[in-house]
Amino acid sequence: MMDISILVNLIYIAASILFIVGLKMLGSPDTARQGNFLSASGMLIAVVITLLDQNIVDYRFIAGALIAGSIVGYFAATKVQMTSMPEMVAIFNGFGGIASLLVGSAEYVVSSLNNPALMGAIYMTVLIGGLTFTGSLVAYGKLSEIISGKPFLYKGQQFVNAILLLAILIVGINMLFIQGVISPNQTLVLLISLAFLLGVLFVIPIGGADMPVVIALLNSFSGLAACAAGFVITNNVLIVAGSLVGASGLILTNIMCKAMNRSLANVLFSGFGAVSDTTSGEGEEQGEVRPINAQDAYLILEAASSVLIVPGYGMAVAQAQHAVRELGELLEANGAEVKYAIHPVAGRMPGHMNVLLAEANVSYDVLVEPEDVNPIMETVDVCMVIGANDVVNPDAKDNEGSPIYGMPIIEVDNSKTVFVLKRSMASGFAGIQNPLFFKSNTRMLFGDAKETVSTIVSEFKG
Amino acid sequence: MESQIILLIFILVLSIFLGVELITKVPSTLHTPLMSGANAISGITLVGAILSSGSSEIMTIILGTAAVFFASINVVGGYLVTNRMLGMFKKK
Repeated sequence: MMDISILVNLIYIAASILFIVGLKMLGSPDTARQGNFLSASGMLIAVVITLLDQNIVDYRFIAGALIAGSIVGYFAATKVQMTSMPEMVAIFNGFGGIASLLVGSAEYVVSSLNNPALMGAIYMTVLIGGLTFTGSLVAYGKLSEIISGKPFLYKGQQFVNAILLLAILIVGINMLFIQGVISPNQTLVLLISLAFLLGVLFVIPIGGADMPVVIALLNSFSGLAACAAGFVITNNVLIVAGSLVGASGLILTNIMCKAMNRSLANVLFSGFGAVSDTTSGEGEEQGEVRPINAQDAYLILEAASSVLIVPGYGMAVAQAQHAVRELGELLEANGAEVKYAIHPVAGRMPGHMNVLLAEANVSYDVLVEPEDVNPIMETVDVCMVIGANDVVNPDAKDNEGSPIYGMPIIEVDNSKTVFVLKRSMASGFAGIQNPLFFKSNTRMLFGDAKETVSTIVSEFKG
Repeated sequence: MESQIILLIFILVLSIFLGVELITKVPSTLHTPLMSGANAISGITLVGAILSSGSSEIMTIILGTAAVFFASINVVGGYLVTNRMLGMFKKK
């Protein structure tokens, strides 16, 4: 009996080490895949040793659920399109949350209520797990456009939220210190309902453009829920793994906020984008748009010796990444230096653009960050902005009245020529006008990005 | 019980610091695989779910079995999709 529990704990330590080393190896694209494999091995040994636990009396349900879950997970992972990764991560965050909530609830129904430490841990697990679950479902809905990406704001929102938080606090006090006001089962159901409601009300006022921040934050929460579950069942590996994930999500959240020059509070509570056209700048100080066609664009590109491609989510929507990669290769063959500048908030989750380009076989060493290219922007002959808008908006540095003022951007307007590939003159996610389109060194290539790039490619070949 | 809680909190604090150190070193190009990989790791709650699912109490079995289902989607799906993505990152 004794030595088995020592063995189990040693295996849990080994699993923790594998998670840590695995994350460390994610520090470089060369070792990242082995890192993921190590992390998965850690999970496998932790699960196997848990299955040997003597307290397990019946394996049928475990086996059934494990097999069913694995099948669903397998198909989700192999079928998902890379453009839909944000939706997948969102829904998976939710699954992590609900799993922790269920573990907390399962402990609650069998444990002694007169243990404030345990009750506190269960309370946190159910609360964080529940809000992660419904928050993630709403985020998923917004990303997949099942529900409107517009921030949902209503009168008295602050008041409703305050009441809800107060109610959650009261249930907590009841659970920890004064059992018996309502039955334990009623307490649990009430807490779960309130946590679910909190998750919905938390994410629904946040605009679709800010979903990357929300997913990163919910990613963190799913880790924290697992961590809290670790306190419930006093298990170290849950605490270590959960807090690693919690830290990861928080750091990514912070990076996203910095890239938009906004505080987390501003992202969560401002309903950004709901007030799209109250800003000035409509119609004023905007000059003439200079459209060109793909043939003329080809002539300019053919003479260029350095080209910077700035992709945005629009590139992914148009499925233009393969055509763009082909164009990049032709430009290189023509003697030009080709780089891809990727803004941290391009795409719909952190690093999304990099994955889409990697999928299209763009080598990862030509992907650069804004701070690498901005200082040398004057030397760039042509910047091709493909489906990006707000991340290249010069208002962010020039116009103090702009809602995105202060946001770090890719300063394409400083290059010699800018091509903007765009469907129409519609504004970007943030719903604001972009003076870049009216600059004297900007040329607009209207139309479907994939078609435009393919036409330029065929000009090169022909 | 109290000393055990303190020990767990101790582990929690150290792990968070370790996590911050590790994650700040992940390059931005790998942030999506980092998130999906982290997602899979948060499926560690599966360990707790298995213990609940295997108990003899009917309510615990129901809740635990549901937890096993969701957590194993997270674990299997998370690691596989991360592996799939990382396989796409190539250098010339």
